[in-house]
Amino acid sequence: MSQLLTIEGLRITLPEGGDRDHAVEAINFDVARNEIVCLVGESGSGKSMIAHAILGLLSPRVKTTGGYIGFGGQDLLTLSRREMQSLRGGRISMIFQEPLSALNPLKKVGRQVAEAIRAHDATLDRAGVDARVVDLFSQVGLPDPERLKGAYPFQLSGGQRQRVMIAMALSNNPDLLIADEPTTALDVTTQRQILDLILKLRDERGMGVLFITHDIGVVADIADRMLVLRRGRMLEYGPADQVLLAPEHDYTRMLLDAVPGRGSVLHKAAGGAPMLEISALRKEFRTRSGPFAKPRVVVAADGIDLKLHQGETLAIVGESGSGKSTLARMVLRLVEADSGAVRMGAQNILGAGRAELREFRRRAQIIFQDPYSSLDPRMTVGESILRGPISFGMPRAQAAAEARDWLVRVGLDAQAFDRFPHEFSGGQRQRVCIARALALNPTLLIADEAVSALDVSVQAQVLQLLSDLKAEFGLSMLFITHDLRVAREIADRIVVMQHGRVVEQNEAAALFAAPQEEYTRTLLDAVPGRAFFARSAALSAAPQRKAMQ
Amino acid sequence: MKNVLSTFLRRPAGIVGLTLLGLIVAMALLAPVLFPVSPWDMSARPFVPPGQDGLLLGSDTMGRDIASGVWHGASVSLIIGIASALTSLVIGVTLGCVAGYFGGWFDLIVVRITEVFQTIPNFVMAIVVVAILSPSMGTIIFAIGVVSWPSIARLTRAQVRTVASREFVAAARCQGQITLSIVMHHILPNAFTPIIVAGSFSVAAAILIEASLSFMGLGDPNHMSWGYMIGAGRTVIRQAWWMSVFPGIAILVTVVAINLVGEALNDALNPRISRQ
Repeated sequence: MSQLLTIEGLRITLPEGGDRDHAVEAINFDVARNEIVCLVGESGSGKSMIAHAILGLLSPRVKTTGGYIGFGGQDLLTLSRREMQSLRGGRISMIFQEPLSALNPLKKVGRQVAEAIRAHDATLDRAGVDARVVDLFSQVGLPDPERLKGAYPFQLSGGQRQRVMIAMALSNNPDLLIADEPTTALDVTTQRQILDLILKLRDERGMGVLFITHDIGVVADIADRMLVLRRGRMLEYGPADQVLLAPEHDYTRMLLDAVPGRGSVLHKAAGGAPMLEISALRKEFRTRSGPFAKPRVVVAADGIDLKLHQGETLAIVGESGSGKSTLARMVLRLVEADSGAVRMGAQNILGAGRAELREFRRRAQIIFQDPYSSLDPRMTVGESILRGPISFGMPRAQAAAEARDWLVRVGLDAQAFDRFPHEFSGGQRQRVCIARALALNPTLLIADEAVSALDVSVQAQVLQLLSDLKAEFGLSMLFITHDLRVAREIADRIVVMQHGRVVEQNEAAALFAAPQEEYTRTLLDAVPGRAFFARSAALSAAPQRKAMQ
Repeated sequence: MKNVLSTFLRRPAGIVGLTLLGLIVAMALLAPVLFPVSPWDMSARPFVPPGQDGLLLGSDTMGRDIASGVWHGASVSLIIGIASALTSLVIGVTLGCVAGYFGGWFDLIVVRITEVFQTIPNFVMAIVVVAILSPSMGTIIFAIGVVSWPSIARLTRAQVRTVASREFVAAARCQGQITLSIVMHHILPNAFTPIIVAGSFSVAAAILIEASLSFMGLGDPNHMSWGYMIGAGRTVIRQAWWMSVFPGIAILVTVVAINLVGEALNDALNPRISRQ
């Protein structure tokens, strides 16, 4: 097999005062033509650093201090700036995680791709470039390429933007494509489409792909070979099937076990009385670009009816734009609904006065998606937690003592009380948010994509924490997620939403066993790693069956 | 608080700015001791160059001691600068906060008013106000405060709007905190950095406006000020440079000092930097 990229003994040194001396050390691997190699690791494992080192994109404070990056018979580490520049976007190209911030918002996408073509091939005339753009757009599966090339990034969906990025990356027929978490910011179904596209492009073009991800489900779907990284060191490297089916290292096993949605589906505890009842809830968002422009209407909730029972976890699953987050916010009246009712007991929350609303919010707490923006950066986490109880009249000393208790309960220590949010990792911050919500002794907990921004392994820990706390305090939970795997892990009942409507709702077990609606099936099929995990479950079940005979 | 102070003092800008500002404050405080005679009184013959006749910075066209004027002018500049910046901060932050957090008709009105203000040049407006009210320390402070609040209000409004849309504010609402507490404890601290910086710049701008007003003869006639000295000396600048240069340097140093302090304050108030 002809090796396209060879990395030997790569070492990247971090500036002094970091949490370790080297971002990565002793990295050896290669990528061949027509092959997808996955770099797997949690955030902070140094996987993106390797990608940036290949393209010479490391920040000036971080330096490669050893090793060899061979590509096309040259050592990339010794290339001049100019040589590197012609290689980047030419023979090697890269796609990034966040397709919105990687595109210039003020330029039509067609022109941005055209620019990438012209940067490497100045001989092509205007019409030639244009034809190439249209051709690329159709290759990456963008509908109506003639029209879309005149669109601005904001007019495209997340998946379409990522396709544009891929088209741009492909514009000069690269031999090697580096994809840095290209699907992490996308919905499950869109992720599925992008993964299929990358597989298709590998086969059609014989490209080598270096694919970076933290999601081992994705790896199972696309990798030919894989490399597991932890804190900058290689733990395992080999053919994907071999590593996944017979991992040598505990860490790899832990990553595999952390993938949500494989355990047995929860069986609903005996149905209690309905504690939250949502009926005929409607909400329209109207945006006007000018006083005379026709308003754009988005229906976020189109007559939603839901019941949440005492002690139950109800997962609301849908893609972005399905209105699931708006639903959570309407329940707490952070967003006002147009019409309908939200009842807790006999009280309709939508008509509640100020004092009643405040009392309701004490009983119904929310955990937000982004642990970075949901904690006040200028306030110690302890202060953030105790402000709630204090505003309901608890003396400060008692509130502070309880806040320390809560920090311990959610798996941090009491010392965390005096620290600021930026001193914590994403998972730890989410624990703080949970402590903040529970400090008010709520009966209903709303989790709005509470684990979506976290690494898979951290996700598993936070989910575990949530279900432990839920059992301990007898909470009911409204769990909003785009990830069916996560819903399966935690929910008793599941509601599938699309375009502001409830498509299907059922007991979790029934929904997974026999989805009734086409859309639910699409979502289920899109779950990454599904085929692999089904296979490995079958494999591990087989010997047991033999033993039983 | 300790962190804020120590970061502030670790920034070279903070040390330099604070030292310079300290010197100017000391000048203002020591003026009556060092120069007990009124700076308006004639103390030598006119047009004495610096260093002659026992005059450190020379004398002006009327034989008044320039050094005495510079020292006495310090307190005028500082008081006017700080008082009028505070005036504009109080008006601007209050209106901007309410407009930004609650929106609605109040927001619309505030934005329209600031737009009206911004179409009129600040300085022209200040001249009109002072001319109508007759020049004195109080009216000058009032005039400068009134013309410079709109930019602070717009900045505050924009800041408050961005911060208010962040999730920790929604979380605070869900915690049952009352609006005043959310605004005071969550929104303002996160919105305040650029406002403080803008505030420190507006101290410098106020000193310059006061100097310009005095330059045009609209200063408080009872107080010697740097602007007045430059205005009085400008006609003879080719024969007697010292009459305008020394007060000019005083203005420059003060404005730079305040800007440096503002910059260091900006860093010190950011826990990401101050907690390293």
